[in-house]
Amino acid sequence: MATAAAHDTARTQADEARDGADSTVGDTAAYERAFDSAVAADERIEPRDWMPDAYRATLVRQIAQHAHSEIIGMQPEANWITRAPSLRRKAILMAKVQDEAGHGLYLYSAAETLGTSRDELLDKLHTGRQKYSSIFNYPTLTWADVGAIGWLVDGAAITNQVPLCRCSYGPYARAMVRICKEESFHQRQGYELLLALSRGTPEQHAMAQDAVNRWWWPSLMMFGPPDDESAHSAQSMAWKIKRHSNDELRQRFVDICVPQAESLGLTLPDPDLKWNEERGHHDFGPIDWTEFWDVLKGNGPCNEQRITQRRQAHEEGAWVRESAAAYAAKRTNGTTETGAPRA
Amino acid sequence: MTTTTVPTTAALALGDDALVLSHRLGEWAGHAPVLEEEVALANIALDLLGQARVLLSLVGDEDELAYLREERAFTNLQLVEQPNGDFAHTIARQLYFSTYQHLLYAELAAGDGPFAPLAAKAVKEVAYHRDHAEQWTLRLGDGTDIGHERMQRACEALWRFTAEMFQPVQGLEADLPGMESAWLESVGDILRRATLTVPEGPRSGAWTAGAGRQGLHTEPFGLMLAEMQHLHRSHPGASW
Repeated sequence: MATAAAHDTARTQADEARDGADSTVGDTAAYERAFDSAVAADERIEPRDWMPDAYRATLVRQIAQHAHSEIIGMQPEANWITRAPSLRRKAILMAKVQDEAGHGLYLYSAAETLGTSRDELLDKLHTGRQKYSSIFNYPTLTWADVGAIGWLVDGAAITNQVPLCRCSYGPYARAMVRICKEESFHQRQGYELLLALSRGTPEQHAMAQDAVNRWWWPSLMMFGPPDDESAHSAQSMAWKIKRHSNDELRQRFVDICVPQAESLGLTLPDPDLKWNEERGHHDFGPIDWTEFWDVLKGNGPCNEQRITQRRQAHEEGAWVRESAAAYAAKRTNGTTETGAPRA
Repeated sequence: MTTTTVPTTAALALGDDALVLSHRLGEWAGHAPVLEEEVALANIALDLLGQARVLLSLVGDEDELAYLREERAFTNLQLVEQPNGDFAHTIARQLYFSTYQHLLYAELAAGDGPFAPLAAKAVKEVAYHRDHAEQWTLRLGDGTDIGHERMQRACEALWRFTAEMFQPVQGLEADLPGMESAWLESVGDILRRATLTVPEGPRSGAWTAGAGRQGLHTEPFGLMLAEMQHLHRSHPGASW
């Protein structure tokens, strides 16, 4: 099929429509056909391409939520930067938290290509109109939690995100390629941290096991509600924003984690977890969806704390941003000579 | 043996400065005024931690030195242990310290002493830190009135910790007292360009000068160490 050509035509038409304000190219049906065939042919949709409003809105929501998760996700780990037990671990953790801020920046940029702005998105986060991943509403109570987050939380994120590298929206897909590289690195570091604890003193081993016990189920919840309760799944898969269902990815993650837990010398806190020869997958116990929805609605252990800290950082930083803007404006307007005394 | 040994006192002093300031900057993670500063402050903290690890390793085991010494055995400058305060305090501390570090490492890198290889790498990092502090001093000082006031206040508050940087350090082959005028000139120039007034107060605490280098610290430092060392000390002999 000449989908690439159709797509190019749609792009040209969209450009013309934009340039000639009163031209009546507006054949939406033709745009839609071109969009659909581009998606069907696994072409990338780019910022200047025509796209359905709902596709744009879904992407803004998803990318923003992803960006917010990176930013809020800095908190549970940053909680341990000042207490990291060795200088090597401290350096690794600092670098990781720094990467997360960087991922947030890539993702806000990707969202901005859809016609929104970072300020607008942050405002939605601060006022609770946009969400972030429910996992970051759990507290980091011991040093081992830093390892459990790396192994399980980053592991789940990678399982979710690797397919996004083929997402139909180009800027998001490209951001994910960069992010996934760094995430896999973090995931291995988390695993290695847990391994050191597991092979350490009995106290360290117990600390690692306790962390895995607390993070296992919340990590499985990161894949979202079961397929039959997932509101956006069908449409997102049709648009090739999503490539696999929540339950498929969750199953993939469980199958990956079981042997890793064994080689870590740690157990997963699920009595129903066992290999199913017939399915070729691990069966696992029921997820507490009541807890999931509770956390999502704001009643998790740290929801209040996370959003308060974020809002505070933003509000307390307002004078800094304003001063920087005023300084930049003076340079542009040339109203103040450098070094001139203040009036 | 003694001819090739790195001067312990000097390595510890410089290593402690970097370790302690890195820790303070690490406290900003998740609290910075803008996302770009989350990246920048963590970046500077990581550079400093890298310097600290090299310097402490010249003396002994980096973790033993960082986690098992008590307050009186640390020889960092009092300047770097000062709490972050608001963003202006953090920037003033960065401006004062990175200007000093830049002068010092440039001199060490130019020589052929035991710190020359380390300084050659560090001076590039420190030039970036100094630039970052300078840019923010200008933005805050010559931005809004609030920015100006806060930056001025921060510069005043930390001024009395600046003289100790130029106390001679045993084994450090650098003309620290001679560096002082270059430091004053450089910082003064930046402050003036930022429309700020160069503080006029004393440049050291009245009771002793160079106290940090002698293991005499300010009260917030003990709390910082308690937090930093707690986990490591709770598991004696464990590896991480």
